[in-house]
Amino acid sequence: MERKIYLDHNATTPVHPEVLEAMLPFYQEGFGNASSIHSFGREAKVALEESREKVAKFLNADPLEIYFTSGGTESDNLAVKGVAWANKKKGNHIITSQIEHHAVLESCKFLEKEGYEITYLPVDKYGLVDNDELKKNIKKETVLVSIMHANNEMGTIQPIAELAGLAKEKGVYFHTDAVQSTGKMKIDVNELNVDMLSLSAHKFYGPKGVGALYIRRGVRLTPLAHGGHHEKSRRAGTENVPGIVGLAKALEIAHADMQEEERRLKSLTETFFKRVTERIPDVFMNGHPVLRIPNTMNVSFKGVEGESIILNLDLKGIGVASGSACTSGSLEPSHVLSAMRVPGDLAQSSLRFSFGRSNTIDDVNYVVEVLPEIISKLRAMSPIYQK
Amino acid sequence: MAYSAKVMEHFQNPRNVGEIENPDGVGEIGNPVCGDIMKLYIRVKDDRVVDAKFKTFGCGAAIATSSMITELVKNKTLEEAEKISRQSVAEALDGLPANKMHCSNLAADALHKAIEDYKNRKKKNE
Repeated sequence: MERKIYLDHNATTPVHPEVLEAMLPFYQEGFGNASSIHSFGREAKVALEESREKVAKFLNADPLEIYFTSGGTESDNLAVKGVAWANKKKGNHIITSQIEHHAVLESCKFLEKEGYEITYLPVDKYGLVDNDELKKNIKKETVLVSIMHANNEMGTIQPIAELAGLAKEKGVYFHTDAVQSTGKMKIDVNELNVDMLSLSAHKFYGPKGVGALYIRRGVRLTPLAHGGHHEKSRRAGTENVPGIVGLAKALEIAHADMQEEERRLKSLTETFFKRVTERIPDVFMNGHPVLRIPNTMNVSFKGVEGESIILNLDLKGIGVASGSACTSGSLEPSHVLSAMRVPGDLAQSSLRFSFGRSNTIDDVNYVVEVLPEIISKLRAMSPIYQK
Repeated sequence: MAYSAKVMEHFQNPRNVGEIENPDGVGEIGNPVCGDIMKLYIRVKDDRVVDAKFKTFGCGAAIATSSMITELVKNKTLEEAEKISRQSVAEALDGLPANKMHCSNLAADALHKAIEDYKNRKKKNE
């Protein structure tokens, strides 16, 4: 059987066996609707609230501040649109960054059509937002600042505590999309100073289709989904109890293994980069060399286009992602790399390797073994690569 | 990526990769849609394309269409070569995914540019 190596954990992760085990009882036995009064419902309700308490504990929040959604995209939409709509009297200005996930960017673009003013903060060559840039853009009409914790493409971690502190001083709500950082590093909503935080289960070995939004007590927010009184009338819809149980269990496992996984993944990623650059010339790292989530390595191979590398690796059973235009649905290169002012051809040549629980040093060695030949062959074919 | 078996074959074993020394015509196209770049070299004798080579910076479809077009054009008369279109390249590869059709444009345009270059050079020499 062909050897398969998955190196795209930032895209999604497999469900952990213990997570699946925790979820299964709620599909056929504990299947009740958590709003039902009878014992079938109560059983589901207990599981729901226990999960909520677990999630709150790992974020250092109050259970009353945890709202379950269908995932990171919904959480981002709810945070951005919900706060914008509820605080119209205060103002119509929102500040975000140029490197946010599309769930935040598109929500902002949608609000622009409704008459909101959006400031998209620039980033430096590492992808970092500048504190002073944020400070000078906050005005009395500003109702929200939304800046992601860790970027999904190149992994750079923003100084959220400082940025959120600046917003707090001016009485402006701060939301952070922590979809890529949750499960990979410690998340404490009080240390981070945030008013809202998005997370998504399928990024940390939980199931797809479930996430959460932390909303600090006191934040005024309009729901997206109206209907029943679920989640304190902030997010209608019969609760996905098995999914929520899975999310909580996955977070519990991530928390238990975090220190060791952080150390292990960091070592794998660094070893990988070292060995690749030893054997292949003209390779450049994208993102911050230190302020980066431990599992992500985004590199550009000069002179070679991303999809052609992905296809070759795929033929060897290896799965990775790229920031090239050819791999994006929109045929535009990564907006993140563009915002970092990575030159066009290097953005086209970028590859994202995101390691996870299943990866070992053997995987690293295998990839390092097959990559040089792939790159050489493609460089020999390239009209723009000169040795 | 829903590439046909033919596309994958040309991608893994591209034909006619390289440059022609003292080419009779060169066509270089940069695709503004996605950033791919294709360079096509031709050797012409008695109004026939006797050799063609390519260099491409681009995705699977870009490489496959480059390879295919050099095969399609070899030993064709200039008149026949001019008739090679975006469709003929895509068809020869058993089709391309809808969002990759622009790559076949790149290959056809590079060929036509190379032929035009040949004609211009010929005019200059007359």
